[in-house]
Amino acid sequence: MKVAALFAASILAALVLAQVGGPYALRLGMTLAMDITLATSWNLVGGMAGYPSFATAAFFGVGAYAGALAQGAGWPLPLAWAAGGLAAGGVALAVGWVVLPLRGHYFAIASLAVVIVLRQLATNWTGLTGGGMGLNLPVMASSPEHQALVFYAGQAAVALLAVAVAAGVAAGRLGFALRCIKQNETAAGMLGLDSRRAKVAAFTLSATLVGPAGAIYASSVSYIEPGDVFDLVLTVEPIIMAMLGGVGTVAGPVLGAALFLVLEQTVWANFLSVHAAVLGAVVVTLAILLPDGVLGRLRRGRA
Amino acid sequence: MTALLEVEALGVRFGGLQALSDVSLAAEPGEVIGLIGPNGAGKTTFINAVSGAVAYRGRVRFAGRSITGLKPFQIARLRLARTYQIVQPFPALSVLDNVAAGALFARAEPSLAGARAWAGTVLARVGLEAEAGRPAAQLTLAQRKRLEVAKALAARPRMLLLDEVNAGLNASEVEGALTLIRGIAAEGVTVLLVEHLMRVVSGVCSRVVVLHQGRLIADGPPAGVLADPAVVEAYLGTRYAERSRA
Repeated sequence: MKVAALFAASILAALVLAQVGGPYALRLGMTLAMDITLATSWNLVGGMAGYPSFATAAFFGVGAYAGALAQGAGWPLPLAWAAGGLAAGGVALAVGWVVLPLRGHYFAIASLAVVIVLRQLATNWTGLTGGGMGLNLPVMASSPEHQALVFYAGQAAVALLAVAVAAGVAAGRLGFALRCIKQNETAAGMLGLDSRRAKVAAFTLSATLVGPAGAIYASSVSYIEPGDVFDLVLTVEPIIMAMLGGVGTVAGPVLGAALFLVLEQTVWANFLSVHAAVLGAVVVTLAILLPDGVLGRLRRGRA
Repeated sequence: MTALLEVEALGVRFGGLQALSDVSLAAEPGEVIGLIGPNGAGKTTFINAVSGAVAYRGRVRFAGRSITGLKPFQIARLRLARTYQIVQPFPALSVLDNVAAGALFARAEPSLAGARAWAGTVLARVGLEAEAGRPAAQLTLAQRKRLEVAKALAARPRMLLLDEVNAGLNASEVEGALTLIRGIAAEGVTVLLVEHLMRVVSGVCSRVVVLHQGRLIADGPPAGVLADPAVVEAYLGTRYAERSRA
């Protein structure tokens, strides 16, 4: 009930912003929505199942390239963005089946390698991706204001979908299985859980949500190159966001993404030349003070 | 009557250690078999092999089909359930959800709601209903042992492998466990229990098998097996056996 109310409020807020927001507000809203999608998707695997995935950037990049290619082939935007999701999900299904039997640090390293391998592939497969030269997307005919609105609406819709999926997973059998995997995977298997299948399902679902975020990003910047969309920052920041808000919960990554954006904007405005260092220090301080995230802190305070 | 579990020439090797060699055993439906032996005899390894947790030589059949080479989750879904000597709860989950996991993962219940409802019934049966809402991490050792049994029972097993569910319990707790095991057996569930307490073995088992240094050295009714000189020697040493013969 509480979740449904929060969800309805978010949709309303998103619609209000779309109506009254200026270009800066829309741009900020788009970034926030994208961050919510990435943090929420990471949380399905990293938070609920406790598998520290560093593959977010890989799925973002695959989504970006698939979306860009589809758009280049003349597909309408929503279809091109959906293609980004399907491509990322397909890659996650294949890769996950291979790397998800690995546990702990081994999985983390393997997932990181996926980003690097795919970046190399995008750099060298010049015929498809343009290689290091990058890929230009078709120029849209509409006004910049209209474009900003379209990309904002796209990212907001994906973010709402991601949160709805996460809430569904958390309440259902898959979420239950993932929590058991996080706590004692061997025991879960001994009780009859096909843990590999559950992990691959979560991984694939996660990537299918990240892919469209990458595709919409590609449309919004209209030029992508491997170093930009397979950027490890896209892997690390969602983890920080989820940890800031509260790992393993549905609301945590949303809260964390918002908090991170506020921090980032504040630090950026006040410490332009050393913003990355200051932001890093703030994040480390918060991680020490709030090991369970803001949400964990609130819950403990109430109990 | 065909056997429910048939183990044929089972062998397990850990590097240079032959943990089990040439162990053959058949369990008829409804039997309660006590598996005993000194520390390191291979009792837990036997359970690990049958439940698919360690690789082995030989053949194992369950309910008329070969389960050799199947993964633990596949074996669990055939309703061959086990418990761990060192308890393996999901510590942050509630006691109820721990048991629901047993029902859900073994596919004894298709839905989460159904699994939780059934878990409530199972908890009442093992006497843990008052703890249903607490995290499993807060239970006492005796309660955790019962939780292990409840998780296994939630799968509606045809056969139950119990690995020292009574170790570390006091006398009255053991009495409760005995009643529980008898009740399970009375429902027709075949039970194989690894046990050190002779009171439990002679109290519930219709048959006793003895492992010693990875080999099966005795198999029969409790009274006969426990009086077997080879068993006495394995447990208490050669000199004690000689003295008691004299």
